[in-house]
Amino acid sequence: MKLTLKIWRQKGPHVKGEFKTYVHEHVSPDMSFLEMLDVLNTELIKKGEEPIHFDHDCREGICGMCSLYINGRPHGPLQTTTCQLHMRSFKDGETITIEPWRAKPFPVIKDLVVDRSAFDRIQQSGGYISVNTGGAPDANEIPIPKKIADEAMDAATCIGCGACVAACKNASAMLFVAAKVSQLALLPQGHPERKERVERMVAQMDAEGFGACTNTRACEAECPKGISVAHIARMNREYYTAMLSSYELPSKAGGE
Amino acid sequence: MTLDSKIPDGPLAEKWTRHKFNLKLVNPANKRKYDIIVVGTGLAGASAAASLAELGYNVKTFCFQDSPRRAHSIAAQGGINAAKNYQNDGDSIYRLFYDTIKGGDYRAREANVYRLAEVSVNIIDQCVAQGVPFAREYGGLLANRSFGGAQVSRTFYARGQTGQQLLLGAYAAMNRQIAAGKIKSYTRTEMLDVVLVDGKARGIITRDLVTGKIEAHSAHAVLLCTGGYSNVFYLSTNAKGSNVTAAWRAHRKGAFFGNPCFTQIHPTCIPVSGNHQSKLTLMSESLRNDGRVWVPKKPIKGLTARDAVNIPESERDYFLERRYPAFGNLVPRDVASRNAKYVCDEGRGVGPTGLAVFLDFADAIKRDGKKTIESKYGNLFDMYQQITGDNPYEVPMMIYPAVHYTMGGLWVDYNLMTTVPGLYALGEANFSDHGANRLGASALMQGLADGYFIIPYTIGDYLAGMPYEKVSTDRPEFKEAMEQVTNRLKKLLSIKGKKTVDEFHRELGMTMWDYCGMSRNEEGLKKAKKKIQELREEFWQNVNVVGSANELNMELEKANRVSDFMELAELMVDDALHRKESCGGHFREESATEDGEAKRNDNEFAYVAAWEYKGENQPEVLHKEELKFENVKLTQRSYK
Repeated sequence: MKLTLKIWRQKGPHVKGEFKTYVHEHVSPDMSFLEMLDVLNTELIKKGEEPIHFDHDCREGICGMCSLYINGRPHGPLQTTTCQLHMRSFKDGETITIEPWRAKPFPVIKDLVVDRSAFDRIQQSGGYISVNTGGAPDANEIPIPKKIADEAMDAATCIGCGACVAACKNASAMLFVAAKVSQLALLPQGHPERKERVERMVAQMDAEGFGACTNTRACEAECPKGISVAHIARMNREYYTAMLSSYELPSKAGGE
Repeated sequence: MTLDSKIPDGPLAEKWTRHKFNLKLVNPANKRKYDIIVVGTGLAGASAAASLAELGYNVKTFCFQDSPRRAHSIAAQGGINAAKNYQNDGDSIYRLFYDTIKGGDYRAREANVYRLAEVSVNIIDQCVAQGVPFAREYGGLLANRSFGGAQVSRTFYARGQTGQQLLLGAYAAMNRQIAAGKIKSYTRTEMLDVVLVDGKARGIITRDLVTGKIEAHSAHAVLLCTGGYSNVFYLSTNAKGSNVTAAWRAHRKGAFFGNPCFTQIHPTCIPVSGNHQSKLTLMSESLRNDGRVWVPKKPIKGLTARDAVNIPESERDYFLERRYPAFGNLVPRDVASRNAKYVCDEGRGVGPTGLAVFLDFADAIKRDGKKTIESKYGNLFDMYQQITGDNPYEVPMMIYPAVHYTMGGLWVDYNLMTTVPGLYALGEANFSDHGANRLGASALMQGLADGYFIIPYTIGDYLAGMPYEKVSTDRPEFKEAMEQVTNRLKKLLSIKGKKTVDEFHRELGMTMWDYCGMSRNEEGLKKAKKKIQELREEFWQNVNVVGSANELNMELEKANRVSDFMELAELMVDDALHRKESCGGHFREESATEDGEAKRNDNEFAYVAAWEYKGENQPEVLHKEELKFENVKLTQRSYK
């Protein structure tokens, strides 16, 4: 296969970036998208040019490190991660545009690499159950209905890649935050802290500069793990309940 | 120096309890006076960091990924073993201990393995309390499944993403401590050296991968939780970034390396499709419950899965069922892998490269219906189709073995301390517990056991004897290490040769796979040693690393890691050469039974090989830690 690639190149965080066009003549349909870029990079290095930087690690669709906005869609045309996308999903002679995630809270570090540490800070603000190592009761002490456990697991499959933010016209992180809030609100272990948790995580999400949710459901359509917007609905319910009855963070609730 | 494993006295079942009582404690108010560095944030690192911070220590964590949540533990699929005996099927701590030590082909310490089985039950309690959504039965209690090497159901799981859920649990516990100010987390930061002051580990040198800045960090103890070294083979199931650098630099500073040649090869991976291949993808072992492994009786060049359907039964060789009628397709990983290699060596391999065998579900679909098979393996079949373009409901899968875990690692004593005082190794980074072969669902168990339940006790014993004073990073030991690290990077950038880092890495991997992979012999290993030396020499003269050291430069990161893999590779070959027996994943062709099965030599090799670094281009010195078996009887494994 022969492809024309329009790729975003940016030297560093404070340097102006631009699209550069590359003609890639050695593409096999069996290559993964990232392997296609590996081959291009080898060619660039051989010519003494700097390779295109992009994030990746496990290449199995689970670590959430890879990103890429391909032809206007996060992770490309299939509902999967970029590392699991293969070149047989494209046509010979096609032009492919590759950009980094575009969202203010995800500043570009270099080329296609962005800084997603905002996601970590949101998790640090409350995405946990406060138990110390060692004091846990027997694992079968609290039975959890299979349906609840399965639903919590559906939410917990989030890989934190940021496709939801990249897909959203408002750069909203609602699906990412809701996945954690919903998982822990569903499980009995998470109940004691459920109000403070949702208030803090939403406050941090707002502080990071993510946009509001306007229910376009683009996040759900692009999420490589197929996480449902029903979790956003649950988070909203958790949030309003907390606002009406919690004594924590009264001034911050509702965002700043 | 003589190796002291510090295994406590007393009956096996009481060793850990007695040991815990004898360990010195650090007063709660004094814990805040100690700083601990944790390198790597996988299951071992994240669980250790969180637990130590909860106790009151000041912790710094480091990971090369952009978030601690992305460490490669996240990719573990199957599950985690624990001797809960919730199924009432005869499981016990002793049985888990026995299965694990036998599965490891009797090359692990009894005391360590027993402790692992003992704390396994606490791990499940801890994870459930954190909100890990394990699979459950309709009654609301936890579900279990069975795994290779065991006759009981003791594996806890969260769909096919157990590693992910356990890691996110530990990551959440870490986040709580970051919020509390007890952990400082450094991301996109790679450890490049360990610093010793007066013979003790007192800090590390790191590189900020975004800015390129080289920095020094001091502490009272350093924990390496940096995973395994499968990527020495270039193609493996490990993440692209997984590397040996932290462990190797520690080895160069005096930490002995244990059993480096013990690597595990998983039989069911998707075969290589071309030269562009960057990594291999594992297909869960569970597929062998219903899939039948076969190749044609006579070689057929380039046989595709689509044409395979037309090959009549009489011309097929179901070689595992034929050779191992008792266990059939469910023989352990090492046996299944080796037999796939044999048939491919005979020229009967399939697919475009001839390096694959079929895993066929046609009979299972005929017997149980497509729906049943879909409910069991649906997500795996989808993944296979996505990667290969073939539909496994209609044509057989093609599989081939791939490297995916390393049992070897830094030598540690019972307290998880390396031969460098104050330097610890946890999880896959150490050599302990799995012997010469790891059983499925035991890696997650070991990583979390080390981090949650062992290091919080054993580290206190060491710190109690340490002064509170911090060492300054202005000391010459730190300055010197920073300079060495900087010079190495400068050198890599200055070579400006003709070959890329990946080309060298691929060549190294190919040599290791051919001569130090699934089966090994003296002649091949000697050849490999020479090849590796030549390749290393060429690397330092002809590698091309573009860009500079003061920016995000992924080529430089790779080059630095590959330079360490090259040194490790030679040690692996030396270790494989000296161990003239077959055990677990280490198969020496010279040591086989008449029908080609692995033959152990317990009289000469029932020991841990711990290698001491002696300087650039100097042969390493072998130290032996004899393994004493007082509770189990050593037997030859048989699956006929």
